[in-house]
Amino acid sequence: MNNETIQRDRPWLMRTYSGHSSARASNELYRTNLSRGQTGLSVAFDLPTQTGYDSDHPLARGEVGKVGVPIDHIGDMETLFDEIPLGEMNTSMTINATAPWLLALYVAVAERQGVDPVSLQGTTQNDVLKEYLSRGTYIFPPSPSVRLTTDLILYTVEHIPKWNPTNICSYHLQEAGATPTQELAYALSSAIAILDAVRDSGQVSADRFHDVVGRISFFVNAGIRFVEETCKMRAFVQLWDELAGERYGVEDPKKRRFRYGVQVNSLGLTESQPENNVQRIVLEMLAVTLSKNARARAIQLPAWNEALGLPRPWDQQWALRMQQVLALETDILEYGDLLDGSPVIEAKVTDMIASARQEMLEIDSRGGMVACIESGYVKRELVESHTRRMLGIESGELPIVGVNCFKESAQSPLTAGDESGILHVDSTVESEQIASLKAFRTNRSEINVADALKALRAAAKHGENIMPPSIACAKAGVTTGEWSEELRQIFGEYRAPTGVDINRAQQGSSDALELTRARVQRTGEELGRPLRLLIGKPGLDGHSNGAEQIAVKGRDAGFEIVYEGIRLTPAQIARAAQEEGVHLIGLSVLSGSHLELVEAIHLELTAIGASHIPIVIGGIIPEDDAKLLVKKGLKAVFTPKDSDMNDIMDRMVDIIRETNGLEPDV
Amino acid sequence: MPSLSADSRRGVEELAASVQRGERSALAEALNLLDDRRDSARERSAKLVHLLQGNALDLGAHIIGMTGPPGVGKSSLGACLISEWRRRGMTVGVLAVDPSSPLSGGALLGDRLRLHSNSDDRGVFFRSLSSRGHYGGLSAEVWPMCQVMASAFDVVMIETVGVGQREIDISRMCDTTCFVAQPGSGDSIQSLKAGILEVPHILVVNKSDMGAIATRTASELAGALTSEHPDGAWRVPILSTSATQGKGISELADCLKVHFQNLLQNKLLKHRRRGYQAHWIVSRLREEFGSHGVERLGGEAAIAEQIQSETPDLYSQYDALRRQLTGCGTTNKS
Repeated sequence: MNNETIQRDRPWLMRTYSGHSSARASNELYRTNLSRGQTGLSVAFDLPTQTGYDSDHPLARGEVGKVGVPIDHIGDMETLFDEIPLGEMNTSMTINATAPWLLALYVAVAERQGVDPVSLQGTTQNDVLKEYLSRGTYIFPPSPSVRLTTDLILYTVEHIPKWNPTNICSYHLQEAGATPTQELAYALSSAIAILDAVRDSGQVSADRFHDVVGRISFFVNAGIRFVEETCKMRAFVQLWDELAGERYGVEDPKKRRFRYGVQVNSLGLTESQPENNVQRIVLEMLAVTLSKNARARAIQLPAWNEALGLPRPWDQQWALRMQQVLALETDILEYGDLLDGSPVIEAKVTDMIASARQEMLEIDSRGGMVACIESGYVKRELVESHTRRMLGIESGELPIVGVNCFKESAQSPLTAGDESGILHVDSTVESEQIASLKAFRTNRSEINVADALKALRAAAKHGENIMPPSIACAKAGVTTGEWSEELRQIFGEYRAPTGVDINRAQQGSSDALELTRARVQRTGEELGRPLRLLIGKPGLDGHSNGAEQIAVKGRDAGFEIVYEGIRLTPAQIARAAQEEGVHLIGLSVLSGSHLELVEAIHLELTAIGASHIPIVIGGIIPEDDAKLLVKKGLKAVFTPKDSDMNDIMDRMVDIIRETNGLEPDV
Repeated sequence: MPSLSADSRRGVEELAASVQRGERSALAEALNLLDDRRDSARERSAKLVHLLQGNALDLGAHIIGMTGPPGVGKSSLGACLISEWRRRGMTVGVLAVDPSSPLSGGALLGDRLRLHSNSDDRGVFFRSLSSRGHYGGLSAEVWPMCQVMASAFDVVMIETVGVGQREIDISRMCDTTCFVAQPGSGDSIQSLKAGILEVPHILVVNKSDMGAIATRTASELAGALTSEHPDGAWRVPILSTSATQGKGISELADCLKVHFQNLLQNKLLKHRRRGYQAHWIVSRLREEFGSHGVERLGGEAAIAEQIQSETPDLYSQYDALRRQLTGCGTTNKS
C-alpha cells in the first residue's frame, strides 16, 4: 500500500489527569509529560481547593496536595504554569464548585504571561449537579450552584470563545453504579437543566444561545463491556443531536455535535493482580475510538496502579503510551465509521435510546434533574444499581479476573521494591504549603483584598455575573478559602441526600448473607442489644460509593447503621459514635489522608471518653500504611482487594465479639 | 474471659448523678443500658430509672413529639427548631425513630444526617432508634430513654414517621404532639377524618413557600378540625412554616411553649405523665400476657388508676403487676 494515498484523521487530545504535592512539583510533572508527547494538560486539584478551603483550614488537615495540586492563590497558579505558554496550551481543569474561581485565576495568570484571554483553550468541568450524586465536592445548594455554572458559561461564550465552559459528566455516574441507560438519561437531563437555566437567565440572545449549546461538552466513562459502551457513545451522539435540534432549535449541525472527553473506567480497576488493569484500560479505550462518528475529542487514561495509590511519572507515561500506540501505530484513524450499517449495533443503539428516553421522561415528570437530586430520587436509583453490581461480583455472575475467579497469582514484580509500585507524597508538603500561604498573605494589600471581596459579594447578591469580580479578586491576591467563604455567607452550604435510606428490601438472600445475619443477631443478643455500626467519611473526600455500599450491606446483614454522609470532622465522628452507642466505627477514606484522619479521630475519641469503641477502615490504603494503622490499634484495614462484602461483615462481627470479650462463635 | 465492656464501668448511682449533670458519656452509657435486654442489665436499668424518675416525671423537660407522613420536611423543621431552642439558651435531647427492615432486623438510621445541622454544638444530644419490628409502633425502650433524657435536658424531642399506630404511640409519651402536614396532599385531611388527627396538639403545614396550595391546606385542616382537643382546655392551632426559608419557626417554638405552660398552669402535667407511665406498663403486660392478662388484673382502666395513685417507679410497678400474673418473683425482659 502506498502511504501517500492514506488519509489519516487527526488524533484526539492526549492527556493524563495529574497534579500532586505542590504547584512546583506538578509543574515539573506537566513539563515532563508534555515533553513525552502529551498534547494537552489535565489538572487534578487537591480536595481543599475543590471544596473551597485554604490549605490551613482545619478541614484541610491531611488533605493538602494528596489527590491533586493545592492552589490557594494566584501565586500558586502562576507557579503551576511556569514556562508553559497558556496561549498555546489546551488545559482541562477538573474543578466544579470553585470552577469560576479557578478559571479566574487562570485568566489572571494568562494576562500576567501577556496572553489575551480570547485565545485561551481548554475546559472547566463545572458540572456541580453530578457532585451531589457522586464525588461530593459541592459547596452550595443546587440552585446557586446552577447559577454559578451558568455565569461561567455566559462569560466564556462572550469573552473566551474557544473555551469549553462545562463538561457535563456521566463519568462519575458510572463510578457511582449507573447502568448505560442511567448514564445517558442523567447526563442529558443535567445538560437540559443547565441549558434551560442559561436560556431562562435572560442574559443571552437567541443567536448567542445556539453558541452556548455548541460549547457544551461531555465527560464520559467507558467500562469494560466495550461493545455496549460503543453503542452508548453512538446513542449519546444521536440523542444530543435531536435534543439540540428539537428542544433548542439549533440548526447548524456543527453546534449539535456531541463533543466529549473520556477517562476510562477506574471503578473496574483492581488491586489484586493490578497488571490486568493494563488490558482493561486498552479495551475500554476501544469503546470511545472505534466509531469515527462517535469518537472522543480527548482521552485520559488512568494508570495501572490507581487502585493501589498515587501513580508515579513512569506509570503515567505508560498510560500515555497506550494512547500513542493506538493512534499512531494502528490503522484505526485511517477508515470511516467501522460500525455504520451493522444491524447488531443499530439494534442495540435503538434499544438504548428508547430506554434512555423513558428514564428522561421519568426525570422530567418528577420536576427535572435538580428536583430529582434534591429529592434523592437519582441517588437512590444509583445506589440500587451499584448494589446490584456488587451482588453480581459477590455471586460470581459478574466475573472479574483475579478478583472472583483465577485468584491464584505469581508474585508481581511490578509492586516489588521499596516504594511498592506507587508514588509517596512527602509528608512535609502540607506544612510547606501552609508556610507559603502565610507568607503570601502578609505580602498583599489587605485594602485591595477587602475591596475585591466586597465587589464579589455585591455581584453574588444582585445576580450579576460572578466572573469579572472573581478575576478582580484573583488579581488582588484573594485566596481560594476567602473567595468561597464570601459566597458561602450568601448562598449557604448544602448536604446532599445519601441515597442509602432505601426502604425496600434489598436482594439479600444468599446463603452467606443468611449465615452472617444469624451471627449479627446472635451477637446482638449476647451483648444485650442489636449491633450498631457507624459508617464515617472523615475529611473532604466525597467518594462515598464504598461507604454507601457498606451501609446498605450492613443493614441487610442486620446491623443498625448510623451514616451521616460525607465531609465530617473527626470531632463529629467521635461524637456521633458516642451518642449513638455504636459497637464499631467503620471509616472510609479514599483520598490518601488516612493516617492523619485516623490519628485525629483517635484523639477525639480519647478526649470524650469513648476510646473503647473499635475502629476499622476501608479505602485505597497502601500495604505499608495498613500495617502502620493496625500497629496503632485499628482492628482491620479493608482495601479494594476485599471485594467480598459478606466477608467484611463477618470480620466486623468477629471484631465486635473480640472487643467485648465474647468467645469466637465460628 | 471476663465481659468488661465499656457499658459497665460505673455504678448506677454514679451514672444517674452524672446523667443529671448532663455528662455526655454518662448519658450515652445510660441509653445503652436501657437498650440492653440481658437479665443482668435489667436490674441496673430499673435502678437507674428509679433514681432519675422522680425528677423527670414531675418536673423535667418539655417532651415534644414530631410526627407526620414521610417527605413533609419534619427533619428540616426539627433542625430549625433545635437551632431556635439553642438560640433561646435551651439544651435539647433528640430521639429519632427510623423504621427497621422486617427481613433482616437491620436499619439505616438516617435522621441524624437530616436533623443534625449543627453537630459541633454540645447543647444537643442525639440518639437514633430503629422501630425494631414493632410495626407501626414505637419500641419499648423509647419511654424509659425519654425519661433519662428528660432528666438532663430542657427539651426532649421525639421524631418519627407517622403511620397510624406510631402517631398514637407518640402521643402517649409526649406532653405536646405536633403533626406536620404536607401542602396539597389529601392524606392529612383523610387522617383527620379518620380521627387520627384528634391526637396532635399542634398542626403544622410545612413548606409554606409553596404558596396558595399551602394556605388552602391550612384552611382545609381548620375546617375539618374539631374545635377543642379531646384532652380539654386547648384549642388546636394550625401554623404555617417553611423550614427551607426559616419562616414560622419562632412562632412554632412559642406555640409549643404556650402549650406546655398551659399544662403546667392547669396542673395537668403530673397527671398526664403518670398516665403515660401506666400506658407503658399496660402495653408491656399486654405484649407478654395478652389482653387476657390485662383483664385478669381488672382491665386497663383499673390498672392505670392503681399505678397513678402510687409513687412512680416504672420497673418496680411493672414487676409487681407481673408477679400477680406469674406468681413468681423474677422478671424476664424479652
